[in-house]
Amino acid sequence: MTSHWRLPRLSWRFIPVWQRNYLVWKKLAIPSILGNLADPMLYMLGLGYGLGSLMPDVAGMPYITFLAAGTVAYSTMNAATFEVLYSSFSRMHVQRTWDAILNTPMTLDDVMLGELTWAVAKSLLSGLAILAVIWGLGLYGHFWMTLWIIPVVALVGFCFGGMGLVMNAVSPSYDFFLYYFTLAITPMVLLCGVFFPVSQLPPLLQDVSAWLPLTHAVDLARPLVVGTVPENIPLHVAALVVYGSIGYVVALALTRRRLLK
Amino acid sequence: MLSVRGLTKKYGDTEVVRGVDLQVNRGECFGLLGPNGAGKTTTLRLLLGLIEPDAGSIDLAGLPVPQQAREARMKIGVVPQMDNLDPDFTVRENLIAYGRYFGLDRAAITARVPELLEFAGLAHKADAQIAQLSGGMKRRLTLARALVHDPDILFLDEPTTGLDPQARHLIWQGLRRLIAAGKTIVLTTHFMDEAERLADRLAILDHGRIITEGAPRALIETHIEPAVVEVYGEGLEAWTRDHAGNVCTRSETVGETLFCYTEDADRVIDALKDASGLRYIHRPSNLEDVFLKLTGRDLRD
Repeated sequence: MTSHWRLPRLSWRFIPVWQRNYLVWKKLAIPSILGNLADPMLYMLGLGYGLGSLMPDVAGMPYITFLAAGTVAYSTMNAATFEVLYSSFSRMHVQRTWDAILNTPMTLDDVMLGELTWAVAKSLLSGLAILAVIWGLGLYGHFWMTLWIIPVVALVGFCFGGMGLVMNAVSPSYDFFLYYFTLAITPMVLLCGVFFPVSQLPPLLQDVSAWLPLTHAVDLARPLVVGTVPENIPLHVAALVVYGSIGYVVALALTRRRLLK
Repeated sequence: MLSVRGLTKKYGDTEVVRGVDLQVNRGECFGLLGPNGAGKTTTLRLLLGLIEPDAGSIDLAGLPVPQQAREARMKIGVVPQMDNLDPDFTVRENLIAYGRYFGLDRAAITARVPELLEFAGLAHKADAQIAQLSGGMKRRLTLARALVHDPDILFLDEPTTGLDPQARHLIWQGLRRLIAAGKTIVLTTHFMDEAERLADRLAILDHGRIITEGAPRALIETHIEPAVVEVYGEGLEAWTRDHAGNVCTRSETVGETLFCYTEDADRVIDALKDASGLRYIHRPSNLEDVFLKLTGRDLRD
């Protein structure tokens, strides 16, 4: 069916879908925020100070600063990924909320754009919380420079939201998502300079790393924390946009095949 | 209101819908009947523009589908086969959220909610969670939800499947109110009493084709003898051999029951007098008899 592969038609009609997710989230906002944020923060503070006190500077900065910058990218990735995997899957497959919406003038293009933008919102929340800790602990170089982290975080959310929606489209059950975490997300965390510099990797893995979206996220976020202008900004931005967009387009086609048959 | 010509849908090599023609007029309740797998739900999905036909044309509320399906869906309310109410919202919030998908603003929906809750008989449950509702309440809420944008046409896919008799009667009552208010209704069902009660006209769909169409009474008169005597009990085999051919216009044995279709039930009952081990039920023939005659008695799993 070639018609499933036609390009998305984007429109502002996605807003009620975004709003639906927001209203549900608002009911459980406090536990949801705690649940989303406690984990990365504990890792960051525990490893940053605990392990960091044993180490010399890493890449010219204290380890806690190095790790905080990595955590911004990493926790944003996780927030977007969890949202479009587990939460979107519940709405699509378990609760059949998407089916109900598709009987209205909404199209699947609208529904999935609503899900993607909602994942961006969740990422922003997650990234902002880490940023707040960075501000609170004074781990930054220039305050004004750190504000650029906000659009970076949104972009990272878009990138991993789009990619995750592909997994959502092809998954038969929740268990399937474990493959994505084990085979994609976890290796990426280790290969993309979150916990240690990419330069520590063997040359071959460094080459692989250069192609991974999380590397581009980290390469944007870390200089902004330290207070320098990132190098190759257009490349990193383009990489994140391309990964996210291709993800959304492919996910839409696969979900059309799944639901509209 | 709805006009369908030559509608065809294939999955691989199997034609699920094979050249369906339908005409539903404004203010009419139209029933689409058929055994499981006959193509009812696929036909509804085609009408909504959710899937694209391989051939044929659909005109829904003056709009071509699937070309202008989105605009057409503005005028249609859908009650799906499986409940898909939003479990994260209360009863009231379900109505409000659904209204937004039609682009209604909050004030317009909020103003409509009390009326919808009253229609569904759920005014006292406005702030209840969906999980606290009974099956019948969920169905009524789904029906009310389909009315949130005051549609001209309602599509109901087996609206009373899985409900107890009390709950079914409440749904029927609601549907009759809607018919009286001038709504056009397209209803799929495999409950013959439901179709007989509600539908002005109906079509029987089997293997993707419409095999007959008309008013329920007219279908019964056209396709079947006016009375049925169902005979069962000891000695059925002998009685069938000796009498069925003489007194029944047409007869059929299903399991342990003989269905004897006849113009003259008294003759059949006379012939049963001497058969002491046999019991019988005499009743006027109904839509189910027509349905079974036309679609056969084989299980469709």
